Amino acid sequence: MDNNKNFVVGVFGDEDVLLHAVPAIREKGIKIHEVYTPFPVHGLDEVLGYKRTRLPIAAFLFGLTGTSLALTMQIWMLGFDWPMIIGGKNFVSLPPFVPVTFELTVLLAALGMVATFMIVSDMKPYKWPRQFDNRSTDDKHIMAIDLADNKLSKSEIESILKSNGAQEVNEKNFE
Amino acid sequence: MQVTSAIREPLITGGKTVHDVSEDISRQVEGKPTNLWKMAFGISFVLLAYGFYCVCILLWEGIGVWGLNKTVGWAWDITNFVWWVGIGHAGTLISAILLLFRQKWRMSINRAAEAMTIFAVICAATFPAFHMGRLWLGFYWALPLPNTFGSLWVNFNSPLLWDVFAISTYFTVSLVFWYIGLIPDFAVIRDRAVRSGHKMRATIYNALSFGWDGAAKTWMRYESVALILAGLSTPLVLSVHTIVSFDFATSVIPGWHTTIFPPYFVAGAIFSGFAMVLTLLIVTRKVFKLEDYITIYHIELMNIVIIITGSIVGIAYITEFFVAWYGQVPAEFYAFSNRAFGPYWWAYWCMMTCNVISPQLFWFKKLRTNIAATFVLSIIVNIGMWFERFVIIVTSLHRDYLPSSWSMFYPTMYDVGQYIFTFGLFFTAFFLFAKFFPVINMAEVKSIVKSSSEKKH
Repeated sequence: MDNNKNFVVGVFGDEDVLLHAVPAIREKGIKIHEVYTPFPVHGLDEVLGYKRTRLPIAAFLFGLTGTSLALTMQIWMLGFDWPMIIGGKNFVSLPPFVPVTFELTVLLAALGMVATFMIVSDMKPYKWPRQFDNRSTDDKHIMAIDLADNKLSKSEIESILKSNGAQEVNEKNFE
Repeated sequence: MQVTSAIREPLITGGKTVHDVSEDISRQVEGKPTNLWKMAFGISFVLLAYGFYCVCILLWEGIGVWGLNKTVGWAWDITNFVWWVGIGHAGTLISAILLLFRQKWRMSINRAAEAMTIFAVICAATFPAFHMGRLWLGFYWALPLPNTFGSLWVNFNSPLLWDVFAISTYFTVSLVFWYIGLIPDFAVIRDRAVRSGHKMRATIYNALSFGWDGAAKTWMRYESVALILAGLSTPLVLSVHTIVSFDFATSVIPGWHTTIFPPYFVAGAIFSGFAMVLTLLIVTRKVFKLEDYITIYHIELMNIVIIITGSIVGIAYITEFFVAWYGQVPAEFYAFSNRAFGPYWWAYWCMMTCNVISPQLFWFKKLRTNIAATFVLSIIVNIGMWFERFVIIVTSLHRDYLPSSWSMFYPTMYDVGQYIFTFGLFFTAFFLFAKFFPVINMAEVKSIVKSSSEKKH
């Protein structure tokens, strides 16, 4: 069997049942492909064994870029490229540069982090997501298990899902 | 299985299930617009069209069509600018600061409040933009762009330039924050359209949702993005009105030159922003039948924020006056006594009544849980906040240092028209939003159905 083609899909109706089901199913040695939920279920990433996202680091680096860009721009423009006497003040003094520096830091951190999020999550306006059961945006929590990744047979996986609180167990095959 | 807290009032009433949330919120997006909606949209559009006419005359003739004169160089335009920016503070405050404080009552109101923020900031930006006169050259005056004047750069020491950066950053970050929140909800409408066979709607909302899949991994990243955006927006919200207040506070005009301005402006902004959120949401919940999601409890909590910020504003007015007397600078004390007893006394006392006295009525639980009273008071608060900015700007300018320059300000129909233009723009945009976008954050509300929803009887 090829990867990513034949799936067993468990449908859960309650987030707490799901949170207990995930570790129980994983203990049985079943590899879960992914879980799709209508809202963020807290703790689900931990029981699925996902590593913490590194997006905060990306945000910090983008913010740092904003800070240095803003400072360089202001110091170069007013201090070196075209110095002007304004109210007898120094050409370069840091306090008046603080607001613009702060704003550009926030702007680049926010835009950079969101762009990174969209890229790593492969989100594009013209892309249709691969959906196992589109009730996952309404009120169902959908657990997809790839048959090619698991040694257990389909019926064994189905009965494990059922015994862990799945309301329905379906099959989904992609071409 | 629903668990209701013994000590907190439920945030969702009517025994809603997760599925009911999708149904109730998607209904107005999927259905045909009601006659009430068409009428409201029509009125806003007429205001927008009339305002557009006034704006065209303004661009053709120049700033001379406004009532400004040599002494009063800032009047309605900057008053309206500060007023709209202030209104634009509630949305990001609700979604960012209340997220960091883990206040779950924000979840039903943050979407509409953020939309209001975005439209209010657009309205605000039109005033300084048109005040520049030659709008099409504005980019060179406002942004550090290479130009043919020998690369004469913008002045980074000027608070007016800080304002450009502060407001455009605030606008962009608020827009991104709002849109990130909308993505999972667009996917809800997409999947409902797929199930009911509306192909066109499914394609449009899929594009709007960026192909959202709702995977646990995506949600993990999404939550991290939302939290960091909240962390970034929190100082941003506070910085925007601080920088707007610098436009005045860094000058040497008596009445403007005060160090109390930044906190006083920020409190006033939150005060007027919450009032506008209440005005809009009281209408929205009625029109779209969302009483189970935006409950009396939500309205009461917002009214409590209004008491707090209104009292801060009241203390600031009194402190300003006290310091003007205690500081014994004749020009400063004159500016303040002229505000209260000079030719603009009516504006000053209107401001005092609307902003200092009227929010204190919300100490009565009967009033702050009464919808009609809240609606009326929320409008009174925004009238008061408009007069606050008018008093600060016009009374400080109209008595110049030379008595021969003393003058008064009289608005023309184009001053009024520009204000009407922004009202038209604001409400047209808000009604379009309310029709085509989900007005309540479904994903967030669904996550609290279990913990904070009223039990089914």
